[in-house]
Amino acid sequence: MTYAEFLNEHGARLIDGSIITVQQTILAALLAIAIALVMGLMRLSSNYVVRSSATVYIEIFRGTSLLVQLYWIFFVLPLFGITLEKFTAGFIAVGMNLGAYGAEVVRGAIQSVPKGQYEAALALNMSPFSRMRRIIFPQALILMLPPWGNLFIELLKATALVSLISVTDLMFQAKQINGTTYLSIEAFGSALVIYYIMSRLVITPGMRWLERALSRHMSRA
Amino acid sequence: MNEYPTRLNDDAPMVRFSKVSKRYGELTVLDELDLDVSANEMVSIIGPSGSGKTTVLRLLMTLEDVSDGVIYVEGEPLTHMERDGQLVPANQAYLRRQRSKIGMCFQHFNLFPHMTALENCMEGPIQVLRLSKQEARERSLDLLDMVGLSDKRDQHPIRLSGGQQQRVAIARALAMRPKVMLLDEVTSALDPEVIGEVLNVIRKLNAEHNLTVLMVTHQMGFAKEISDRVCFVYNGKIAEAGPPSQIFDAPQNPRTKQFLSAVLQAN
Repeated sequence: MTYAEFLNEHGARLIDGSIITVQQTILAALLAIAIALVMGLMRLSSNYVVRSSATVYIEIFRGTSLLVQLYWIFFVLPLFGITLEKFTAGFIAVGMNLGAYGAEVVRGAIQSVPKGQYEAALALNMSPFSRMRRIIFPQALILMLPPWGNLFIELLKATALVSLISVTDLMFQAKQINGTTYLSIEAFGSALVIYYIMSRLVITPGMRWLERALSRHMSRA
Repeated sequence: MNEYPTRLNDDAPMVRFSKVSKRYGELTVLDELDLDVSANEMVSIIGPSGSGKTTVLRLLMTLEDVSDGVIYVEGEPLTHMERDGQLVPANQAYLRRQRSKIGMCFQHFNLFPHMTALENCMEGPIQVLRLSKQEARERSLDLLDMVGLSDKRDQHPIRLSGGQQQRVAIARALAMRPKVMLLDEVTSALDPEVIGEVLNVIRKLNAEHNLTVLMVTHQMGFAKEISDRVCFVYNGKIAEAGPPSQIFDAPQNPRTKQFLSAVLQAN
């Protein structure tokens, strides 16, 4: 069987799986960004309770395995009366996990904005909220884009784990094809290439473009 | 806090430091410093590095908390408020009302890099004073004109020289119409050839605006020329204060003499 014949027969399943992978990636990324912003800002709060609850969240989700978290959300939460559909459970687990890493990126970027910027905004008598929204965050945003690029690639690859709770993503389809045909090289080779294309040819250039567009907008430098 | 009045009499100075101390752990930067500054007075603060002169300004801008003592602005405590006849730490609303009387320019300008010169000036009036965009723009354009930078209004800070950036920073602070202006070594980070343009703006400021100015500076010639009063700070206290003629030509305190002769030698 040539590779063309393989694609002819199984290509549709790989495409279906890729679509699910893209959906999982986008939804998980959106969730990760939201969690990262909230937790990252909470980590910088002057209130001890707020600060430590963010620390606890980050420690738990960074410090334990994503696969275990996924199983918890899908298999254990129902025992406490929270049942999630597998697709939902999949991107929530990935998003919550990567969001914990993102929170540290957000915190780090905000703390990297020179202190003089904060002082200048305070000297203008700006409110804490305005200082963050108008002065600090826009500058932090540019600093945090490169590490976010890394995280999105991590996130894309992490979505492969959702196949283990039977979400029919790219990895799931590759395993199915392998299971019925034993064409391991073709099945997993195709998955490998598709993941690589998504990260190297979509996410990386996308983030580069965003960085350039943003720095042009911010400083026209 | 009982020994401090909750507010001063009507003839109170614009700014009063009353036994103000600032400590960082074991290190005492300001040691029960007393200082009165009258309205429209131009006061220069000089002294060796590490003497605490910048801390005086930073406390007044509320960038740092006082460890002890009370600062009064227009007779009202700066970072304390009255409750049941006692001074207690001020809440945010009170702090912001008091802070609105004070403006500051920094050694390293601290312009917002993501905004043009004009946007830097408009930011405070729009966000804080709630001026309309039109009003904020007119006010900012007037001030940029005053500092001689009308033609640079649409440039980002990265495109401006140090002297130009500092002049924008002065315009930005003035746009908030402060009563007290703090200038923290505003020429120290500048190349020698552009110091003059910034000093010219400060001369104008002094002549044309009703402003109380506190200036930390290493420009002794300028301090002598422009100040109503010069304070020599040493070891967290004001060791000697007086009109420039006294401080520069007939200093009484041996520390002042020593400092000035060292500075003179360096020049």
